[in-house]
Amino acid sequence: MSRTVAAALVALRRNLLRATLTTLGIVIGVAAVIAMMEIGNGTSTAIQKTIASMGANTLLVMPGTAATGGISYGAGSIMTLTAADAEALARDCPSLGVTCPMVRARTQIVYQNKNWVPMQICGTTPNFLTVRDWNNLDEGEPFTDQDVRSSTRCCLLGQTIVKELFGHESPVGKEIRVQNVALKVVGVLARKGANMMGQDQDDILLAPWTTIKYRISGTSATTTNQSANSAISTAVNTLNQIYPGGNSETSNVYPVASVSETADKPVNIFFANVDQILCAANSQPEIPQAINEVTQILRERHRTKPEAPDDFIIRNMTEITNTLSSTTANITFLLVCVAMISLVVGGVGIMNIMLVSVTERTREIGLRMAVGARPRDILWQFLIEAVLLCLVGGAIGILCGRGCSSLVTKLWHCPTEPSVPAIIAAVVVSATVGIVFGFYPAWKASRLDPIDALRYE
Amino acid sequence: MNLIEIQDVYKTYDLGDVKVPVLKGVSLSIARGEMVALMGVSGSGKSTLMNILGCLDRPTSGSHWLDGREVSRISVDQRALVRNSKIGFVFQNFNLLPRTSALGQVMMPLNYTAAELSEQECRQRAVKLLERVGLGDRLEHEPSQLSGGQQQRVAIARALVNNPPLLLADEPTGNLDSHTSQEVLTMFQKLNTEQGITVILVTHDADVARHARRVIHIRDGVIEDGIPQAQAEDASAPGGAPCG
Repeated sequence: MSRTVAAALVALRRNLLRATLTTLGIVIGVAAVIAMMEIGNGTSTAIQKTIASMGANTLLVMPGTAATGGISYGAGSIMTLTAADAEALARDCPSLGVTCPMVRARTQIVYQNKNWVPMQICGTTPNFLTVRDWNNLDEGEPFTDQDVRSSTRCCLLGQTIVKELFGHESPVGKEIRVQNVALKVVGVLARKGANMMGQDQDDILLAPWTTIKYRISGTSATTTNQSANSAISTAVNTLNQIYPGGNSETSNVYPVASVSETADKPVNIFFANVDQILCAANSQPEIPQAINEVTQILRERHRTKPEAPDDFIIRNMTEITNTLSSTTANITFLLVCVAMISLVVGGVGIMNIMLVSVTERTREIGLRMAVGARPRDILWQFLIEAVLLCLVGGAIGILCGRGCSSLVTKLWHCPTEPSVPAIIAAVVVSATVGIVFGFYPAWKASRLDPIDALRYE
Repeated sequence: MNLIEIQDVYKTYDLGDVKVPVLKGVSLSIARGEMVALMGVSGSGKSTLMNILGCLDRPTSGSHWLDGREVSRISVDQRALVRNSKIGFVFQNFNLLPRTSALGQVMMPLNYTAAELSEQECRQRAVKLLERVGLGDRLEHEPSQLSGGQQQRVAIARALVNNPPLLLADEPTGNLDSHTSQEVLTMFQKLNTEQGITVILVTHDADVARHARRVIHIRDGVIEDGIPQAQAEDASAPGGAPCG
């Protein structure tokens, strides 16, 4: 065997230029496959990272639905989640990283002679920034857990609010008023842009959840503009705006729960309740497990009976993430297919040259047979030549592909990722190409009649 | 027991509709240590007989004994083995591998059988043979750097590398001038007398045939003994003899 390999090497060296040019097809093919795989993988990882920063790994736990007389009040209509739940989840769920409670409000904020109603006013903990991958502030410092405990009057502002209220001024250290509560701006969030639904994520005010809950909103979340509400009427019931003529005692759009109904479905109401809990799973594949853990722990903490439905709802972004990552996977697959075609073309090139080589070396084959080479010896010699060409081409191709992808990273800052499967695939494919396309010429050589071959001109 | 014994050998080429008989009952025996010339004109069946003697081809019928073994019915692989170990070939056009050193040429047949020999032993054997044919100082020369006579001597060294009992030379001097022809033929004679190697010279040249101790004439597919020397010279046509 080693002699056959040596003989094949000698034969290839006799025609070095041709061997080199033949290999070029395989080199380009393998290099293309490797470069495509590495660039594709890098891009896919980068996209996944982007999606993660948009909140792909996050789970949103919302309070469950209250229903009276068969009519549901929609998500969030019972108040069962507490800040302690958030802490418990972070502590007890192995597949969750960090969690933060969220309290929401929608009201007017004022700075000097300007006012604005932000899309989101969120009361939360500093963990929110970690969950949303938003730790890089443009200016200032985030508020701290200490601020949360003491419900300090401070806040972080998104870029949109800064633009609306402060223009080009730096807001850090200034005070804005929210519902007549003065909040000191301690930092400015980095720009995040629109989310996947097209909402402006920079139109946000973040403050300690205790501040929002106890100093500003005083109630759980409503989606109406509370400041506008309070300006018109002092009544708490917001239905007054929809039915201005009615009053809450006489015209209630929802049926009132009867005593027996209330007794049948007791709902725990926590006064330290929060509107939502935002959790970050450690990684995307762990999301289903995280959902199970959260469900189990919350049911335990809320002492939900086994037959009773959950008193909370868990949302995740798996669908969006899956769509996006499968799109990149498809594109990578497509590119690899194209690269594979060039490998096959390279293989056809090898077959071509091997056929020429067999014809050209007919006399040599005849001679080898005359001095005692069996047909299978001839078959092996030519097959090994073809496979050697492909393997050497594959090795050079791997180097070229790696070089190519690191060049792409250097020049265009396109993310790439070294891919071991790509290298293994390239070696296997180039050996296979060598065997498949080398076999026919080798077989043809082995079938030659030594008498005719010796006389071939 | 003779080295070669062929009995009633027929060879018929089947060209679809027509059957072309080339050898029509050839019987001959060649003893160990003989030096024989096989003569015949083009189309006489000389090449076909040589192919059969060289185990490159099989007779249609008849028996062929080589070194005590019936070889007319053995498989392709076994014939390759017989060629490798029992027969050394020398060709008219040398048939050397292009761009390969003289040493590489001589070692080439060892690739196929001598698995028990180490690379070093193969090399030593090849060097010894090249020295014996007088090319000890040209081990690394490629065919393009050697003269015709030298190339043919490399080919002879290659034929001898497996110590075969039979040397089959097909027009060995056809491409050489008269001086080098003489050298090569003298070498064959020396191998025959000193090593006891049986030599068969296939030729149409009576001058070459004269170096052999026995001349076998073949005409129209049969052995013709006692053919006048003059007639054989008349028949010496230029060019190689095609098959059939």
